[in-house]
Amino acid sequence: MAKRSAPEVNAGSMADIAFLLLIFFLVTTTIETDRGISRKLPPIQDENVEPPVIKQKNIFTVIVNRNNDLLVEDQVMQLSELRQAAKDFLDNGAGQGEEACSYCKGAKDPASSDNPTKAIISLVNDRQTEYRTYISVQNELVAAYNELRNREAQRLFGMDYTEMEAKYNDPNFTGNKDKLEEQIDQVKNMYPQKLSEAEPKN
Amino acid sequence: MSKFKKKKSGDLPAVNTASLPDIVFMLLFFFMVATVMRQNTLMIENKLPFADQVEKLDRKELVMYIYAGKPSPRYQQKFGSEARIQLNDKFADVKDIQQFIYAERETKREELIPYLSTALKVDVETNMGLVSDIKQELRKAEALKINYTTRIGEVAKN
Repeated sequence: MAKRSAPEVNAGSMADIAFLLLIFFLVTTTIETDRGISRKLPPIQDENVEPPVIKQKNIFTVIVNRNNDLLVEDQVMQLSELRQAAKDFLDNGAGQGEEACSYCKGAKDPASSDNPTKAIISLVNDRQTEYRTYISVQNELVAAYNELRNREAQRLFGMDYTEMEAKYNDPNFTGNKDKLEEQIDQVKNMYPQKLSEAEPKN
Repeated sequence: MSKFKKKKSGDLPAVNTASLPDIVFMLLFFFMVATVMRQNTLMIENKLPFADQVEKLDRKELVMYIYAGKPSPRYQQKFGSEARIQLNDKFADVKDIQQFIYAERETKREELIPYLSTALKVDVETNMGLVSDIKQELRKAEALKINYTTRIGEVAKN
């Protein structure tokens, strides 16, 4: 028998099959949202441990009530003003002598915080507060820290702090990681994030 | 001159669709690569809030998900419209969270356990009472690294 060439496979329906698969994946796809505000919860402490004494002027109280209104340092405030108010408080640097803050650019108001390393933001929620307000407040407070850290990182290393962190977390980063970590820690220690959350009142 | 007269026939030529499968395959591969299959079927409404100071959660296998929100309309008859917690594929109670965390830890390799974090996917209309209860349980289970999953945008949109 003479050699015959194999008959050609009919590929006309390949497009249909591909379409079917495509539609399946289109329907099942959820481009997952995997970004968010990272926080660390405090570990549970013994009841007996006495809380350290903190000067009232070093505490910045933010209270959110059940109607989602903000009370900041005993004054009603809009959410849009919170970021600036938090920045002013953190960057105040009224301390003298050992507590002086050489890099602060704030108003040095003696009634406000001594040093960013001492300044604490205290957040109190109501159980009826909506989650959206809570996240907005969290976001603004984290933004205040990030903006100050960005400013110092820009001054010291000519780079934004958020950019440094992104680089540090990037697995493809080729530069000197140890040095970067050191720089990040240095900026972090200038404005440590001290955000305390009380358990909500009814 | 006859060279130019050939195409004078009236019918339009059919569009060549030979490369259509290639185009479709290209799209197909894109979606196959970009797809993350949903692990859990959501039984609650889950509209996430907006925020712009976000960090990316990489290494998905090291994230435990806790959902909270109002039951979706078709479950409301059975479960009411009060916000609830969903773990894996079913509604859960606040006291089930610790158990859930321990069970999740069991499934992970030991050296990865310190890197585990918890993502809270909470609906915008949920009250903070429930969220605080969740956080309290997480503290008890010593799962201290948490992430409030948000959409990216100005907080003014909340």
